[in-house]
Amino acid sequence: MQTQKAKRVEITIEAVMEDRLTAALIKAGVTGFTILPVLGGSGRSGQWSREGQVSRAGGMVSVVCIIRPERLETLLEAAFEVVERHIGVVSVTDCEVLRAERF
Amino acid sequence: MDGILALAADNLLSPIILFFALGVAAAFARSDLSVPEAVAKGLSIYLLFAIGFKGGASVASHGIDATLVLSLVAGVVLSFLLPVVAFGLLKGMTRLSVTDAAAVAGHYGSISIVTFVAASSVITSVGLSSEGYMVAVAAVMEAPAILSALWIIARFGKTQAEMEEGLVREILLNGSIVLLVGSFVIGWITGEEGLEMIAPFIVAPFQGVLCLFLLDMGLVAGRGLREARSVLTPGLFAFGVLMPLVGSAFGLAAGLLLGLSPGGVMLFMTLAASASYIAVPAAMRVALPEANPSIYLTLSLGVTFPFNLTLGIPIYLAVARALTGG
Repeated sequence: MQTQKAKRVEITIEAVMEDRLTAALIKAGVTGFTILPVLGGSGRSGQWSREGQVSRAGGMVSVVCIIRPERLETLLEAAFEVVERHIGVVSVTDCEVLRAERF
Repeated sequence: MDGILALAADNLLSPIILFFALGVAAAFARSDLSVPEAVAKGLSIYLLFAIGFKGGASVASHGIDATLVLSLVAGVVLSFLLPVVAFGLLKGMTRLSVTDAAAVAGHYGSISIVTFVAASSVITSVGLSSEGYMVAVAAVMEAPAILSALWIIARFGKTQAEMEEGLVREILLNGSIVLLVGSFVIGWITGEEGLEMIAPFIVAPFQGVLCLFLLDMGLVAGRGLREARSVLTPGLFAFGVLMPLVGSAFGLAAGLLLGLSPGGVMLFMTLAASASYIAVPAAMRVALPEANPSIYLTLSLGVTFPFNLTLGIPIYLAVARALTGG
């Protein structure tokens, strides 16, 4: 099966920033992404959990984008503008995809 | 004094308070009891819908007057003013940074709709009534405090608050406000006839749903207190108890000046005494990400909310009755 190299960018960010991040990604031409709920976790800012949330303020989401390697820099610049001052993690990993024309 | 104690004792033994206490106890005991996120959201939607609709129907049957407009204006003024008072108290009582103090102060100008709902149910249980439009006053008090907190930062802080265009829209069109105001308007349009049609859904089950919601609030407050105990200094804890009393004094003055009923004065006191834990934390995360969320969430949800629920509400009721002769 023919596969092609791609970059997988995973951005875990505060739920209140989700719309701002996706808007920035779309503006930068990254129209393909998946948003996943985050059940809970722990980091420099302490623990968080989705359980019994009365406000989106304490929740996190994960935004996953798979893109061609040459578009990585544009994506990271757009994402950085949004996540710079906020709690979150941005990671980039190598991956391979089928049907490369879709990315 | 005896009246306040008797009322406080009755209040402490009401189902809603006992369910809240159950939630806190379960969280402290590390029980796996939890209310799923979607259910909690459903319960809060139900409560906002019911309280908004009933308020609107009440206005429809009692009519509107100049006091309604003046009450709304007073609510907005209080919401702008209380964060400044809270900020002054915080700087005097704690060692919080300007950023954290401004973020906490913003919470105390806004309101807690669940505290308002609990106070409304206490009013009903003692046979008092209140102005239906107090629901609208609650809605207009949600947002101005956020702007006030951002002004405090601009005036006294070194941190730059992000006041972007989208944030204003998000604050004003926050889902809770839209549902509360929308239900209020629908209740107003359809009046008593409309209320009669849906009463089996929004009147009879109301107290039971409130109990379940408070169970969840107890779990959230208990977990927050357990995990963020380290941020809760004696000064912060004292602020969390003192500020609602100070806020309620402002609410009392506003209610008396407006000539509201005893129930209306008590609700104004409760609104001014309560602190937000839904709209303001979300806005602060966007506008003031440097502020520590565990401070303002723990204080608002873990200290002030339980204080208002258990002792604050009976105190506000007793004071409002004593000063209005109700």
